[in-house]
Amino acid sequence: MPRVVRTRVELEGRMTDELALVEGKDLPGWTGERTIVGTPTTRIDGAQRVTGRARYTQDITLPGMLHVRFVRSQHARARVVRVDDTRARELRGVRAVLHRSNLPKAPFRGEETIFREEARFVGEEVAAVCAESEETAAAAIRLVDVEYEVLPHVVDLEDAISEQAPRLDEKGNVSESGSHSRGDTERALRDADVVVDATYRTSTQLHNSLETHGAVAHWDGERLTVWESTQHVFGVREGLHLALGLPYSRIRVICEFMGGGFGSKGGAGKYTIAAALFARQLGAPVRCVYTREEENLAAGNRSATLQHIRVGWTGGRTGRISGLEHISYSNSGQGRWVADPTGPTNTLYKIADLSTKSYRVVTNAGSLSAFRAPGYVEGTFALESALDELAEQVRVDPLELRRRHATSIDPLMALRYTQKRLLDCYRIGAKEIGWSRRKRGGTPGSAEHRRRGMGMASQIWFGGGGPPAFATVHLNPDGTAVIRSGTQDIGTGTRTILAQICAEELGIGVTDVRVDIGDTDAPYGPISAGSLTLASVGPAVRQAAADAREQLLGAAAGVLEVGKRELRVEGGRIVGTSRQTTIEEIFDQLKNYTVIGRGSRFPNPSETALNTFGSHFVQLEVDVRTGEVFLEKIVAVHDIGRVVNPLTAASQVEGGIIQAIGFALTEQRVLDRATGRVLNADLEEYKVPTVRDVPPIVVRFVDVPDRRANNLGARGLGEPPIIPTAAAVANAIANATGARVRTTPMTPDRVMAAFAASRA
Amino acid sequence: MTERGDGVEGMPDPVTKQLTTLRVNGETHTVAAEPHHTLLEVLREELGLTGTKHGCELGECGACTVLVDGVPLLSCLTLPAQVRGMEVTTVEGLADGPRLHPLQTAFAEEGAAQCGYCTPGMLMAAKALLDANPQPTLEDMQQAIAGNLCRCTGYTAIYEAIAKAASGGGAGAQPLRRTGAGRASASHT
Repeated sequence: MPRVVRTRVELEGRMTDELALVEGKDLPGWTGERTIVGTPTTRIDGAQRVTGRARYTQDITLPGMLHVRFVRSQHARARVVRVDDTRARELRGVRAVLHRSNLPKAPFRGEETIFREEARFVGEEVAAVCAESEETAAAAIRLVDVEYEVLPHVVDLEDAISEQAPRLDEKGNVSESGSHSRGDTERALRDADVVVDATYRTSTQLHNSLETHGAVAHWDGERLTVWESTQHVFGVREGLHLALGLPYSRIRVICEFMGGGFGSKGGAGKYTIAAALFARQLGAPVRCVYTREEENLAAGNRSATLQHIRVGWTGGRTGRISGLEHISYSNSGQGRWVADPTGPTNTLYKIADLSTKSYRVVTNAGSLSAFRAPGYVEGTFALESALDELAEQVRVDPLELRRRHATSIDPLMALRYTQKRLLDCYRIGAKEIGWSRRKRGGTPGSAEHRRRGMGMASQIWFGGGGPPAFATVHLNPDGTAVIRSGTQDIGTGTRTILAQICAEELGIGVTDVRVDIGDTDAPYGPISAGSLTLASVGPAVRQAAADAREQLLGAAAGVLEVGKRELRVEGGRIVGTSRQTTIEEIFDQLKNYTVIGRGSRFPNPSETALNTFGSHFVQLEVDVRTGEVFLEKIVAVHDIGRVVNPLTAASQVEGGIIQAIGFALTEQRVLDRATGRVLNADLEEYKVPTVRDVPPIVVRFVDVPDRRANNLGARGLGEPPIIPTAAAVANAIANATGARVRTTPMTPDRVMAAFAASRA
Repeated sequence: MTERGDGVEGMPDPVTKQLTTLRVNGETHTVAAEPHHTLLEVLREELGLTGTKHGCELGECGACTVLVDGVPLLSCLTLPAQVRGMEVTTVEGLADGPRLHPLQTAFAEEGAAQCGYCTPGMLMAAKALLDANPQPTLEDMQQAIAGNLCRCTGYTAIYEAIAKAASGGGAGAQPLRRTGAGRASASHT
């Protein structure tokens, strides 16, 4: 019987107390060697992805489909006085226009409708046009006449903090979003022998998923079906339920394949709501898909940050950190929440006297949205740079400094970790990069004008997953199985790892498992974000597979007239009696019948901390004439408990590192302060790394099952690989040249400025 | 009623659709399309060949790459009229019936497709390379896909897949590895 348990649930570091529905008893962890789980396994949907058969939201075409384009504010801040859609409606092919004055009530993210009275960034939605072709809709938005009352704006983080800035919020632009304090930091810093006091800045990073945000909505008179490129079909359903007031049973959301999300596709967007409103109003299928420019104006971003760190040291070369203060400001734009860059500082090391504060700063820029390890990428850059600056000053090897402050207890909650193998990550990584060859002050490079250096940094993230997550496993009469769960594969390989887990538990082959996910008609699955998919859905799938197997063995025992305990399933066969039988033969004795196993995710153990760990090591060269950085090798070592699929896990790490290289060296949204416009809302001027920017990457895993975590012993891997790279790059640049670059991206001009500062 | 194009920027003058004949994946198609619609739009919207993706429609991402007489072209910047009488190959034309092209097999096996959105364009760029140069160097491979953006994989698996396909992909094929860059090996401690 299903029952409700109280549990603490974590999403990207935010903890909430929730009720979770579970059924039966959780399975004990696997013991002994596994044959399928842990084996490099090719994606089960690989053929669809390489043949063009994989269907993405942008590929959905329905008969009579209409198209939506948004009128977007050209002002960073302006009151929408009046919208006149007369000219637009007169254009042939235009079917309807929605704006603030004619929009039905559609509550969205705490606002009454999707169009606000005050547009608060360049690109904010002001009206939407629905037309017979995308071309007509694009032309018609120019015919919507909007009268604006332009208001004073501020887009830059540091401008917005200053007293002179226009106040965008009654309570001011700056609000505290987190703080932690232990010991007496002020006294520790006052008494320290050495104090590093430095300011770090990170720039706004844009997700730029290759498939832009979009949805297709179809209202058949009774039920709304929405195809959306999303990380959370159930989240989209909730957004539609709230905005349209439709009961859940009358909304179905589907995401079969999707072209990347990286945190930005966490729920229904204004495009979803607009498409659904038009679909209901006009009785036709409606498509609303962002252009690349819209994607870079209105689909979210990683906040720019300003971070001050003071860190002290006492006791010479055998000493320790004495006091660390970290104060961080994030440009949340118009976002309602903010990520916390001080998270790693609070938890990564054993530091007795520590004080952190983080602030959310509102500006007239596009909203932040979660971007792969939100806060932790930015915060780790500052923290791990500062620790290296300290190590350099006190002449302690940077790796030794980190080892010296290792902790097996989460310092924030004073709880023991389920498992922490960070020291193993250090050992494996140091060996792989050849850390013993690292010289203080760097070494000569491959040419006279080049210097070579090495750097490293540590990583902490969450990734323990948790309830609620459900799955069913349908065992077919032919011995194949189907997994059904409302999770989604956003490119990470979810289908494949779930198939492996099911096959392993059920005793059949991976290729005999089909995975039907990305549909709210299936049992509930959580958002694919925060490195939680595997650790949340995987254990539920394992349980469902075990339930199906037990039912099968019960049936087999009856058919074969033997005790159930004598039987087991191996390689698709029922074994254990003198007579071997296939699953198919058992079903032949029954009917065309399907066994359905059910599984739910049980809560994580209480009173423990559940995190992922890792470290990156970078070797690079710097051209001292131009400030160019040439990455030579990156070694990534991660502790994520059991590795279910080394092939897809390595892909995750490589991909995370490439995005980190972009963050570290090339990617930054450029805003014009005077107008608030994004000057590089495209892929020409916004520099996403290409194949040319990729150094050899060595991926290693500690790969020891975390037996306390869940019934798989596995934790997540989506976020960890993007976290420590940028700091390791900065540390390697400093090692190579003696120059410390404290701002990302570390472009040649910033590297040259750091040279000048280091000589001054 | 405002007639189409009457002083509306971005709205073309009223035109009737024109019949265009295209050779795509070995078949001749005659489609009625507005003459300013791009090859990408015609492939996806008129012929239903949605394997070719649009990522930017500005020629910046490479997701829409197709082959025209064996040469990789950005279909979002190409008009059907420009390829009249030429052979267009899309990802749907890569396999030989149910038999995947060696590049497709290698991409699937090496995990070179994560979300898979850039994959059709990557495959076409890689095919043009291997058709012209069956034994490419790493430099050649990087050059061939330098205009195709991928936001998921980190590219490593992609050029390993191309190398695998180039060497025949069978037993004994040596996947290309750059200095010490072993992939995917889980080291136990």
